[in-house]
Amino acid sequence: MVHGELWTVKELFVYPNEYIYWSVQIVMYPFMTGLVAGAFVLSSLYHVFGIKELKDIARFALVFSFALLFVAPVPIILHLQHPFRGINNLMTPHFTSAIAAFGIVFSTYGAIVASELWFLYRRHFVSIAQPLKDKQDKTLGEWIKFFIFCSLTLGVYDVSDESLKKDEKAIKVLAGLGIPVACFLHGYAGFIFGSVKANALWMTPLMPVIFIMSAIVSGIALCMLTYILTMEARKFLSKRKKATQLGHQTSEELQSAEVNVIRMTAKYLLLFLVFAISLELLDLVFRGYTATKSWDVLRSVIYGKDFTNIFILQYTIGNLIPFILFLLPNLTIRRAVLAVVLVMFGVFMMRWNVVVGGQAFSLSFAGYMHYHLPIIPHDWETLKEGFFGALAVFLAPFGLFWIITKIFPVFDVKESH
Amino acid sequence: MNRRDFLKNTVKGVAGLGISAAAIEFLNPKDILANINKDTAKVRWAFLVNTYKCVGCGFCVKACKQENEIPYDANVTRTWVERYVITKDGKRYADTPKGARDGFITTKIEMGKDKFQEVKDEDIQKAFFVPKLCNQCENPPCVQVCPVGATYQAPDGVVLVDRTWCIGCGYCIMGCPYGVRFFHPKYHTAEKCNFCYHRITKGLKTACVQACPFGARQIGNIKDPNDPITKIILTERVGILKEEFGTKPQVFYIGLDREVK
Repeated sequence: MVHGELWTVKELFVYPNEYIYWSVQIVMYPFMTGLVAGAFVLSSLYHVFGIKELKDIARFALVFSFALLFVAPVPIILHLQHPFRGINNLMTPHFTSAIAAFGIVFSTYGAIVASELWFLYRRHFVSIAQPLKDKQDKTLGEWIKFFIFCSLTLGVYDVSDESLKKDEKAIKVLAGLGIPVACFLHGYAGFIFGSVKANALWMTPLMPVIFIMSAIVSGIALCMLTYILTMEARKFLSKRKKATQLGHQTSEELQSAEVNVIRMTAKYLLLFLVFAISLELLDLVFRGYTATKSWDVLRSVIYGKDFTNIFILQYTIGNLIPFILFLLPNLTIRRAVLAVVLVMFGVFMMRWNVVVGGQAFSLSFAGYMHYHLPIIPHDWETLKEGFFGALAVFLAPFGLFWIITKIFPVFDVKESH
Repeated sequence: MNRRDFLKNTVKGVAGLGISAAAIEFLNPKDILANINKDTAKVRWAFLVNTYKCVGCGFCVKACKQENEIPYDANVTRTWVERYVITKDGKRYADTPKGARDGFITTKIEMGKDKFQEVKDEDIQKAFFVPKLCNQCENPPCVQVCPVGATYQAPDGVVLVDRTWCIGCGYCIMGCPYGVRFFHPKYHTAEKCNFCYHRITKGLKTACVQACPFGARQIGNIKDPNDPITKIILTERVGILKEEFGTKPQVFYIGLDREVK
């Protein structure tokens, strides 16, 4: 069977070779890179622009962005017909292609995030490595710990005030540099779609900007969600540890800190949500107003075949309802959880409607293709390009985040600056 | 460094960079290759389809599948034939059952989702067949978007795919406005018509041209003024598909109708 045939249903006149070639993993790809970029921008709001209210979530967002970073290329690799040749993209990049920039943009961005993390956690590494270094009889566990943290210090044990000030400066520069690179990382994902002149739905210069805006929205939403989940866990733990550990923050303190951070972050989420929706609607209105050759088929897809996906799931449930939830006064944690989950769902649906919606009509403009996401896998292809493949990609960063926080703890850590 | 030195060095630096950049331009590998292979540069393959002559027998599709080892029953094909039926009350139908591999054996129009539309003979205003294949564009979007350079344009204009280097991302399939590309069911790499490159470079005709009983398909060298198809393209009224994409297709059509998608 030809790739794509399994999940494509054709209607009316469709060229014989046309199938939904870009399936759910290509929906996941911009979704995941969007989360990476969004989380980074959120952390930079504190580091660069000095928005102090976001201090707590900034460190958190940066570490989460790092966890997401490793997962971002996974959907592409799962999508490739020859995954082992993916490295060719770095070996012989063909720079007229938007995808060819992936290696450069991605590694630049990775290097920036990693260096920023290093400067941010340098003092923490030293504080663990130094006592172990001085200790005489180390157990095996301590040896391993020493080895890890000693390597992470990169041999720099200087934690004088002067050097910490330099760290702070470096963080600021890196965070500032990271914003355009993060936007480029995601903007170019938008460019991959926006530059396909063969596809009437995708081809718009607004695509990269729309992608960046919705990326920031989804990144902030994910950070808020994970932040809330971790804080709830901490509250639970602090209740249990209350009697034994002094100096630990109490459950009430955590509660008020959590609400403050969430309310503040929600404002920035709303701001970017407004930008994202405005641009998307501008695109839609412009297409209808100019009504070029492709408009007939686009209209039938947007207002007909994909109406539920676009106007109900994306705009109403994914945008309008969370918008109202955030705007209502006295935002509570519970309401915030509901709203951020809906926002993320909305951004996911936006990616879905772009990727799958763009393939919902034939290049002949006289036929349609319907996508049926494989749920129960019965071979390798339906596993990796089906529901479970996408789910694995979505869940992976959470697991990775848990592992990474063992080295980069996000709470109760002495700052480098 | 004082200001004078700074300015001096800047001028030197810019000039130095300019000269080295000029050297890169001067040693453009493409130009060198074109100078070495002067003979191949004299060839530009082009295709001519006479839609008046096509009867939709599908011999071309069958021949192509066999010649180019595209699995016979796979629902993909390097070339195909479309049938257009326009009724007196203005309804337009088009189909290409299995790419017309077996010809058009029924008058019912395939509508997808296993549905068929019966059109009575007396209701038909006009009906015709249109063969399709890769347009070997002068400005091929598929070559532009390939991230690894696995698809490339030969000096004689034909766009080829390197099966050993294609990563199977499908960007070229998305980038082609004509829908001629697909994944090869066996090799899992991008696949398309290459004008039977292994044949034309040896002086043979393509499999589809050879198989067409009515001479609806012709291939030739558009740089040779004495080539029969060049004469026709230069002197008669021919059309191309989807001109608005700026791809400069090199498959020319005689009798192209405005209904052709």
